[in-house]
Amino acid sequence: MKSLLEYAGLEPGRLHFSWISSAEGEKFANFATSVVESVTALGPIKRFAKDEVSVGDRGVEL
Amino acid sequence: MNARTTKLREIAKKLLDKQKVDVVIGFKKGTIPLKNTPFFATNSEEADLLLWDGNCIGNLAAYLPKMAGKRAAIVAQGCVSRNVVGLIQEKQVDSNNIYIIGMPCTGMLDPRKIIAAVPGEITEAVEDQLYVTARGKGFEITLNRSDVLNRNCDRCTVRNPVLFDEIASEPKPELKDPVRYEKIRAIEALPPEGRAESIDELLSPCIRCYACRDACPLCYCPECFVDKSSPQWCGKSQDDRDVLSYHLIRAFHTAGRCTECGACEEVCPMGIKIRLISGKVEKDIREIFDGYEAWKDLKTPPPLTVFQRDDPQPFVKE
Repeated sequence: MKSLLEYAGLEPGRLHFSWISSAEGEKFANFATSVVESVTALGPIKRFAKDEVSVGDRGVEL
Repeated sequence: MNARTTKLREIAKKLLDKQKVDVVIGFKKGTIPLKNTPFFATNSEEADLLLWDGNCIGNLAAYLPKMAGKRAAIVAQGCVSRNVVGLIQEKQVDSNNIYIIGMPCTGMLDPRKIIAAVPGEITEAVEDQLYVTARGKGFEITLNRSDVLNRNCDRCTVRNPVLFDEIASEPKPELKDPVRYEKIRAIEALPPEGRAESIDELLSPCIRCYACRDACPLCYCPECFVDKSSPQWCGKSQDDRDVLSYHLIRAFHTAGRCTECGACEEVCPMGIKIRLISGKVEKDIREIFDGYEAWKDLKTPPPLTVFQRDDPQPFVKE
Protein backbone atom coordinates (compact mmCIF):
# COMPACT_ATOMS: atom_id res chain seq x y z
CA MET A 1 0.00 0.00 0.00
CA LYS A 2 2.91 2.32 0.80
CA SER A 3 4.36 1.55 -2.57
CA LEU A 4 1.03 2.21 -4.34
CA LEU A 5 0.40 5.51 -2.54
CA GLU A 6 3.90 6.72 -3.27
CA TYR A 7 3.44 5.66 -6.89
CA ALA A 8 0.35 7.88 -6.94
CA GLY A 9 2.37 10.82 -5.69
CA LEU A 10 2.55 10.61 -1.88
CA GLU A 11 5.92 11.84 -0.63
CA PRO A 12 8.19 9.13 0.79
CA GLY A 13 8.47 9.85 4.51
CA ARG A 14 4.79 10.61 5.06
CA LEU A 15 3.59 7.06 5.61
CA HIS A 16 5.32 4.82 8.17
CA PHE A 17 4.83 1.24 9.29
CA SER A 18 6.34 -0.64 12.19
CA TRP A 19 5.62 -3.64 14.40
CA ILE A 20 5.55 -2.54 18.01
CA SER A 21 4.44 -4.70 20.91
CA SER A 22 2.43 -3.21 23.76
CA ALA A 23 5.45 -4.00 25.95
CA GLU A 24 7.81 -1.87 23.81
CA GLY A 25 7.07 1.58 25.21
CA GLU A 26 10.43 3.10 24.39
CA LYS A 27 10.35 1.78 20.82
CA PHE A 28 6.89 3.28 20.39
CA ALA A 29 7.99 6.66 21.75
CA ASN A 30 11.06 6.75 19.51
CA PHE A 31 9.07 5.69 16.48
CA ALA A 32 6.37 8.30 17.11
CA THR A 33 9.04 10.99 17.45
CA SER A 34 10.69 9.99 14.19
CA VAL A 35 7.30 10.01 12.40
CA VAL A 36 6.52 13.49 13.70
CA GLU A 37 9.95 14.79 12.67
CA SER A 38 9.71 13.25 9.23
CA VAL A 39 6.18 14.56 8.57
CA THR A 40 6.85 18.01 10.03
CA ALA A 41 9.80 18.34 7.67
CA LEU A 42 7.49 17.68 4.73
CA GLY A 43 4.91 20.27 5.80
CA PRO A 44 1.14 20.09 5.33
CA ILE A 45 -0.13 17.50 2.87
CA LYS A 46 -1.26 18.74 -0.53
CA ARG A 47 -1.87 15.44 -2.28
CA PHE A 48 -5.06 13.49 -1.27
CA ALA A 49 -6.29 16.13 1.19
CA LYS A 50 -9.44 18.07 0.39
CA ASP A 51 -9.44 21.75 1.15
CA GLU A 52 -12.86 22.80 2.43
CA VAL A 53 -12.42 26.38 1.24
CA SER A 54 -12.07 25.19 -2.33
CA VAL A 55 -15.59 23.74 -2.12
CA GLY A 56 -16.88 27.24 -1.38
CA ASP A 57 -14.81 28.65 -4.22
CA ARG A 58 -16.63 26.39 -6.62
CA GLY A 59 -19.94 27.99 -5.73
CA VAL A 60 -21.19 25.48 -3.19
CA GLU A 61 -22.63 27.02 -0.05
CA LEU A 62 -20.93 25.81 3.07
CA MET B 1 -15.32 -19.96 -39.81
CA ASN B 2 -12.14 -20.88 -37.98
CA ALA B 3 -11.31 -24.31 -36.61
CA ARG B 4 -11.61 -23.23 -32.98
CA THR B 5 -15.15 -21.92 -33.53
CA THR B 6 -16.16 -25.20 -35.21
CA LYS B 7 -14.76 -27.20 -32.33
CA LEU B 8 -16.32 -24.86 -29.75
CA ARG B 9 -19.81 -25.26 -31.26
CA GLU B 10 -19.36 -29.01 -31.40
CA ILE B 11 -18.41 -29.15 -27.70
CA ALA B 12 -21.20 -26.74 -26.69
CA LYS B 13 -23.85 -28.72 -28.58
CA LYS B 14 -22.71 -31.98 -27.05
CA LEU B 15 -22.86 -30.50 -23.52
CA LEU B 16 -26.30 -28.94 -24.04
CA ASP B 17 -27.81 -31.93 -25.84
CA LYS B 18 -26.66 -34.34 -23.15
CA GLN B 19 -27.91 -31.86 -20.54
CA LYS B 20 -24.54 -31.82 -18.84
CA VAL B 21 -24.84 -28.06 -18.43
CA ASP B 22 -27.72 -25.56 -18.41
CA VAL B 23 -25.84 -22.79 -20.18
CA VAL B 24 -22.68 -22.27 -22.20
CA ILE B 25 -21.10 -18.87 -21.59
CA GLY B 26 -19.24 -17.62 -24.65
CA PHE B 27 -19.32 -14.93 -27.30
CA LYS B 28 -21.40 -14.27 -30.40
CA LYS B 29 -20.90 -11.78 -33.16
CA GLY B 30 -21.57 -8.22 -32.06
CA THR B 31 -23.57 -5.55 -33.83
CA ILE B 32 -20.48 -3.56 -34.80
CA PRO B 33 -17.19 -4.79 -36.26
CA LEU B 34 -14.33 -5.65 -33.87
CA LYS B 35 -16.61 -6.20 -30.90
CA ASN B 36 -18.14 -9.54 -30.03
CA THR B 37 -20.76 -9.68 -27.37
CA PRO B 38 -21.00 -12.11 -24.43
CA PHE B 39 -23.59 -14.77 -25.12
CA PHE B 40 -25.37 -17.40 -23.05
CA ALA B 41 -26.32 -20.41 -25.14
CA THR B 42 -29.00 -22.61 -23.59
CA ASN B 43 -29.80 -25.00 -26.44
CA SER B 44 -28.02 -26.47 -29.43
CA GLU B 45 -29.54 -23.95 -31.91
CA GLU B 46 -28.14 -21.11 -29.85
CA ALA B 47 -24.82 -22.95 -29.63
CA ASP B 48 -24.49 -22.38 -33.38
CA LEU B 49 -24.08 -18.66 -32.69
CA LEU B 50 -21.05 -19.13 -30.46
CA LEU B 51 -17.73 -18.10 -31.94
CA TRP B 52 -14.11 -17.46 -31.10
CA ASP B 53 -11.80 -14.92 -32.70
CA GLY B 54 -9.68 -11.91 -31.75
CA ASN B 55 -12.64 -9.75 -30.73
CA CYS B 56 -13.76 -11.68 -27.67
CA ILE B 57 -13.00 -8.87 -25.24
CA GLY B 58 -14.03 -8.80 -21.59
CA ASN B 59 -13.67 -11.58 -19.06
CA LEU B 60 -16.40 -14.22 -19.04
CA ALA B 61 -15.43 -15.42 -15.56
CA ALA B 62 -17.16 -12.28 -14.24
CA TYR B 63 -20.53 -13.90 -15.05
CA LEU B 64 -19.90 -17.11 -13.11
CA PRO B 65 -20.77 -15.88 -9.60
CA LYS B 66 -24.13 -14.72 -11.01
CA MET B 67 -24.95 -18.24 -12.27
CA ALA B 68 -25.92 -19.49 -8.80
CA GLY B 69 -27.41 -22.97 -8.92
CA LYS B 70 -26.97 -23.38 -12.67
CA ARG B 71 -24.49 -25.73 -14.25
CA ALA B 72 -22.48 -23.55 -16.56
CA ALA B 73 -19.85 -24.24 -19.19
CA ILE B 74 -17.47 -21.37 -19.79
CA VAL B 75 -15.15 -20.72 -22.70
CA ALA B 76 -11.82 -19.87 -21.08
CA GLN B 77 -8.48 -18.81 -22.44
CA GLY B 78 -5.43 -18.49 -20.15
CA CYS B 79 -6.50 -15.42 -18.18
CA VAL B 80 -10.15 -16.42 -17.84
CA SER B 81 -9.21 -19.93 -16.68
CA ARG B 82 -7.01 -18.34 -14.00
CA ASN B 83 -9.93 -16.20 -12.87
CA VAL B 84 -12.12 -19.33 -12.70
CA VAL B 85 -9.45 -20.92 -10.48
CA GLY B 86 -9.59 -17.76 -8.36
CA LEU B 87 -13.37 -17.88 -8.02
CA ILE B 88 -13.13 -21.54 -6.98
CA GLN B 89 -10.36 -20.76 -4.47
CA GLU B 90 -12.32 -17.84 -3.06
CA LYS B 91 -15.41 -20.09 -2.85
CA GLN B 92 -17.53 -17.87 -5.05
CA VAL B 93 -18.46 -20.75 -7.34
CA ASP B 94 -18.88 -24.50 -6.92
CA SER B 95 -16.36 -26.28 -9.14
CA ASN B 96 -18.84 -29.19 -9.55
CA ASN B 97 -21.19 -26.85 -11.40
CA ILE B 98 -18.59 -25.58 -13.83
CA TYR B 99 -17.35 -27.09 -17.04
CA ILE B 100 -14.37 -25.28 -18.52
CA ILE B 101 -14.00 -25.33 -22.30
CA GLY B 102 -10.31 -24.49 -22.66
CA MET B 103 -9.44 -22.12 -25.48
CA PRO B 104 -5.75 -21.58 -26.31
CA CYS B 105 -5.53 -17.88 -27.15
CA THR B 106 -3.45 -15.80 -29.51
CA GLY B 107 -4.41 -12.49 -27.92
CA MET B 108 -7.30 -10.11 -28.42
CA LEU B 109 -7.30 -7.15 -30.78
CA ASP B 110 -7.49 -3.61 -29.49
CA PRO B 111 -10.28 -1.91 -31.51
CA ARG B 112 -8.89 1.51 -30.60
CA LYS B 113 -5.55 0.74 -32.24
CA ILE B 114 -7.27 -0.49 -35.41
CA ILE B 115 -9.65 2.48 -35.57
CA ALA B 116 -6.67 4.84 -35.15
CA ALA B 117 -4.89 3.19 -38.07
CA VAL B 118 -7.64 3.66 -40.69
CA PRO B 119 -9.05 6.82 -42.32
CA GLY B 120 -12.79 6.20 -41.87
CA GLU B 121 -15.47 4.10 -40.26
CA ILE B 122 -14.78 0.37 -40.34
CA THR B 123 -17.69 -1.63 -41.74
CA GLU B 124 -16.00 -5.00 -41.86
CA ALA B 125 -12.94 -6.55 -40.29
CA VAL B 126 -11.49 -9.98 -40.95
CA GLU B 127 -8.50 -11.64 -39.36
CA ASP B 128 -6.30 -14.64 -39.87
CA GLN B 129 -3.39 -15.91 -37.82
CA LEU B 130 -1.06 -13.06 -38.76
CA TYR B 131 -3.06 -10.17 -40.21
CA VAL B 132 -6.19 -8.12 -39.68
CA THR B 133 -7.89 -6.48 -42.63
CA ALA B 134 -10.21 -3.55 -41.96
CA ARG B 135 -12.57 -2.38 -44.72
CA GLY B 136 -14.71 0.71 -44.95
CA LYS B 137 -15.92 3.24 -47.49
CA GLY B 138 -13.01 3.77 -49.88
CA PHE B 139 -10.33 1.93 -47.94
CA GLU B 140 -9.00 -1.51 -47.18
CA ILE B 141 -6.06 -1.70 -44.81
CA THR B 142 -4.19 -4.77 -43.66
CA LEU B 143 -2.37 -4.59 -40.34
CA ASN B 144 -0.05 -7.02 -38.58
CA ARG B 145 -2.01 -8.78 -35.89
CA SER B 146 0.90 -8.39 -33.47
CA ASP B 147 0.81 -4.59 -33.87
CA VAL B 148 -2.83 -4.21 -32.85
CA LEU B 149 -3.03 -6.59 -29.89
CA ASN B 150 -4.24 -5.44 -26.51
CA ARG B 151 -1.50 -4.06 -24.31
CA ASN B 152 -1.83 -7.01 -21.93
CA CYS B 153 -2.19 -9.69 -24.64
CA ASP B 154 1.01 -8.73 -26.44
CA ARG B 155 3.04 -9.71 -23.35
CA CYS B 156 0.85 -12.54 -22.08
CA THR B 157 2.70 -15.63 -20.87
CA VAL B 158 -0.40 -17.71 -20.07
CA ARG B 159 -2.21 -18.09 -23.35
CA ASN B 160 -3.23 -21.66 -22.67
CA PRO B 161 -5.83 -22.41 -20.01
CA VAL B 162 -4.40 -23.58 -16.67
CA LEU B 163 -7.50 -25.64 -15.86
CA PHE B 164 -10.00 -27.15 -18.27
CA ASP B 165 -12.34 -30.09 -18.76
CA GLU B 166 -11.99 -30.13 -22.51
CA ILE B 167 -9.82 -28.12 -24.87
CA ALA B 168 -10.86 -26.68 -28.23
CA SER B 169 -7.48 -26.73 -30.00
CA GLU B 170 -3.82 -27.63 -29.67
CA PRO B 171 -1.95 -25.47 -27.11
CA LYS B 172 -0.40 -22.29 -28.49
CA PRO B 173 3.28 -21.47 -27.93
CA GLU B 174 3.88 -19.30 -24.85
CA LEU B 175 6.03 -16.16 -24.76
CA LYS B 176 9.20 -16.34 -22.68
CA ASP B 177 10.16 -13.34 -20.51
CA PRO B 178 8.46 -10.54 -22.42
CA VAL B 179 9.25 -6.91 -21.61
CA ARG B 180 6.76 -5.77 -18.98
CA TYR B 181 5.89 -2.64 -17.05
CA GLU B 182 7.84 -0.12 -19.20
CA LYS B 183 5.33 2.66 -18.55
CA ILE B 184 4.96 1.81 -14.87
CA ARG B 185 8.76 1.92 -14.45
CA ALA B 186 8.84 5.28 -16.21
CA ILE B 187 6.30 6.72 -13.74
CA GLU B 188 8.15 5.17 -10.78
CA ALA B 189 11.34 6.91 -11.85
CA LEU B 190 9.71 10.37 -11.59
CA PRO B 191 9.88 12.54 -8.43
CA PRO B 192 6.71 12.53 -6.24
CA GLU B 193 5.22 15.62 -7.97
CA GLY B 194 5.83 14.05 -11.38
CA ARG B 195 4.16 10.84 -10.31
CA ALA B 196 1.18 12.77 -8.95
CA GLU B 197 0.90 14.66 -12.22
CA SER B 198 1.11 11.48 -14.34
CA ILE B 199 -1.55 9.67 -12.33
CA ASP B 200 -3.87 12.71 -12.27
CA GLU B 201 -3.51 13.08 -16.03
CA LEU B 202 -4.18 9.36 -16.50
CA LEU B 203 -7.38 9.51 -14.44
CA SER B 204 -8.65 12.93 -15.53
CA PRO B 205 -11.08 11.52 -18.16
CA CYS B 206 -12.71 9.16 -15.62
CA ILE B 207 -16.49 9.60 -15.42
CA ARG B 208 -16.85 7.05 -12.61
CA CYS B 209 -19.20 4.79 -14.53
CA TYR B 210 -17.60 1.82 -12.74
CA ALA B 211 -17.51 -0.23 -15.96
CA CYS B 212 -14.01 -1.35 -14.94
CA ARG B 213 -15.37 -2.76 -11.70
CA ASP B 214 -18.43 -4.34 -13.32
CA ALA B 215 -16.30 -6.11 -15.94
CA CYS B 216 -13.78 -7.38 -13.39
CA PRO B 217 -14.11 -11.02 -12.28
CA LEU B 218 -12.45 -10.07 -8.98
CA CYS B 219 -15.18 -7.53 -8.18
CA TYR B 220 -17.98 -9.81 -7.09
CA CYS B 221 -18.80 -8.08 -3.77
CA PRO B 222 -22.59 -7.74 -3.45
CA GLU B 223 -22.04 -4.20 -2.22
CA CYS B 224 -18.95 -2.37 -3.43
CA PHE B 225 -17.14 0.07 -1.14
CA VAL B 226 -17.89 2.92 -3.55
CA ASP B 227 -21.64 2.25 -3.44
CA LYS B 228 -21.84 2.15 0.30
CA SER B 229 -23.21 5.30 1.89
CA SER B 230 -23.18 4.37 5.57
CA PRO B 231 -20.33 4.57 6.26
CA GLN B 232 -19.21 6.30 3.10
CA TRP B 233 -15.73 4.97 2.45
CA CYS B 234 -15.05 6.96 -0.66
CA GLY B 235 -16.23 10.34 -1.95
CA LYS B 236 -18.66 9.98 -4.82
CA SER B 237 -17.89 13.22 -6.64
CA GLN B 238 -15.85 13.92 -9.75
CA ASP B 239 -13.26 15.66 -7.57
CA ASP B 240 -9.86 14.38 -8.68
CA ARG B 241 -9.09 13.17 -5.16
CA ASP B 242 -12.29 11.13 -5.02
CA VAL B 243 -11.56 9.64 -8.44
CA LEU B 244 -8.03 8.84 -7.31
CA SER B 245 -9.28 7.21 -4.08
CA TYR B 246 -11.65 4.98 -6.02
CA HIS B 247 -8.94 3.77 -8.39
CA LEU B 248 -6.30 3.28 -5.70
CA ILE B 249 -8.63 1.35 -3.40
CA ARG B 250 -9.87 -0.86 -6.23
CA ALA B 251 -6.30 -1.51 -7.34
CA PHE B 252 -5.38 -2.50 -3.81
CA HIS B 253 -8.32 -4.93 -3.68
CA THR B 254 -6.87 -6.68 -6.73
CA ALA B 255 -3.48 -7.19 -5.05
CA GLY B 256 -2.23 -10.72 -5.65
CA ARG B 257 -5.47 -11.58 -7.44
CA CYS B 258 -5.24 -9.74 -10.75
CA THR B 259 -4.57 -11.98 -13.76
CA GLU B 260 -3.95 -9.01 -16.09
CA CYS B 261 -6.86 -10.05 -18.30
CA GLY B 262 -7.30 -6.41 -19.30
CA ALA B 263 -11.11 -6.43 -19.09
CA CYS B 264 -11.08 -3.15 -17.12
CA GLU B 265 -9.29 -1.31 -19.93
CA GLU B 266 -11.26 -2.97 -22.70
CA VAL B 267 -14.58 -1.79 -21.30
CA CYS B 268 -13.49 1.71 -20.28
CA PRO B 269 -15.55 4.13 -22.39
CA MET B 270 -12.91 6.83 -21.90
CA GLY B 271 -9.97 4.62 -22.88
CA ILE B 272 -8.17 5.04 -19.56
CA LYS B 273 -5.17 2.76 -19.12
CA ILE B 274 -6.36 1.52 -15.73
CA ARG B 275 -3.70 -1.16 -15.64
CA LEU B 276 -1.05 1.50 -15.11
CA ILE B 277 -2.45 1.53 -11.56
CA SER B 278 -3.57 -2.06 -10.95
CA GLY B 279 -0.47 -3.23 -12.85
CA LYS B 280 1.72 -1.42 -10.34
CA VAL B 281 0.23 -3.59 -7.58
CA GLU B 282 0.60 -6.68 -9.73
CA LYS B 283 4.24 -5.77 -10.37
CA ASP B 284 4.94 -5.21 -6.66
CA ILE B 285 3.41 -8.58 -5.72
CA ARG B 286 5.42 -10.31 -8.44
CA GLU B 287 8.63 -8.67 -7.21
CA ILE B 288 8.05 -9.02 -3.46
CA PHE B 289 6.72 -12.57 -3.58
CA ASP B 290 9.27 -14.23 -5.81
CA GLY B 291 7.60 -14.01 -9.19
CA TYR B 292 4.11 -14.93 -7.96
CA GLU B 293 1.41 -14.82 -10.61
CA ALA B 294 -2.19 -15.10 -9.51
CA TRP B 295 -4.05 -18.38 -9.67
CA LYS B 296 -1.95 -20.62 -11.85
CA ASP B 297 -3.28 -23.68 -9.97
CA LEU B 298 -5.97 -24.66 -7.47
CA LYS B 299 -3.56 -25.22 -4.57
CA THR B 300 -1.40 -22.09 -4.24
CA PRO B 301 -3.22 -19.36 -2.29
CA PRO B 302 -2.50 -15.69 -3.11
CA PRO B 303 0.37 -14.42 -0.92
CA LEU B 304 -1.72 -11.77 0.85
CA THR B 305 -4.20 -14.38 2.13
CA VAL B 306 -1.61 -16.37 4.08
CA PHE B 307 0.93 -15.57 6.77
CA GLN B 308 4.50 -16.81 6.76
CA ARG B 309 7.04 -15.93 9.42
CA ASP B 310 9.50 -14.89 6.72
CA ASP B 311 7.08 -12.77 4.66
CA PRO B 312 9.02 -9.94 3.04
CA GLN B 313 8.11 -6.57 4.56
CA PRO B 314 10.37 -3.94 3.00
CA PHE B 315 8.01 -1.13 4.11
CA VAL B 316 8.24 -1.92 7.84
CA LYS B 317 10.67 0.09 9.96
CA GLU B 318 12.45 -1.59 12.82
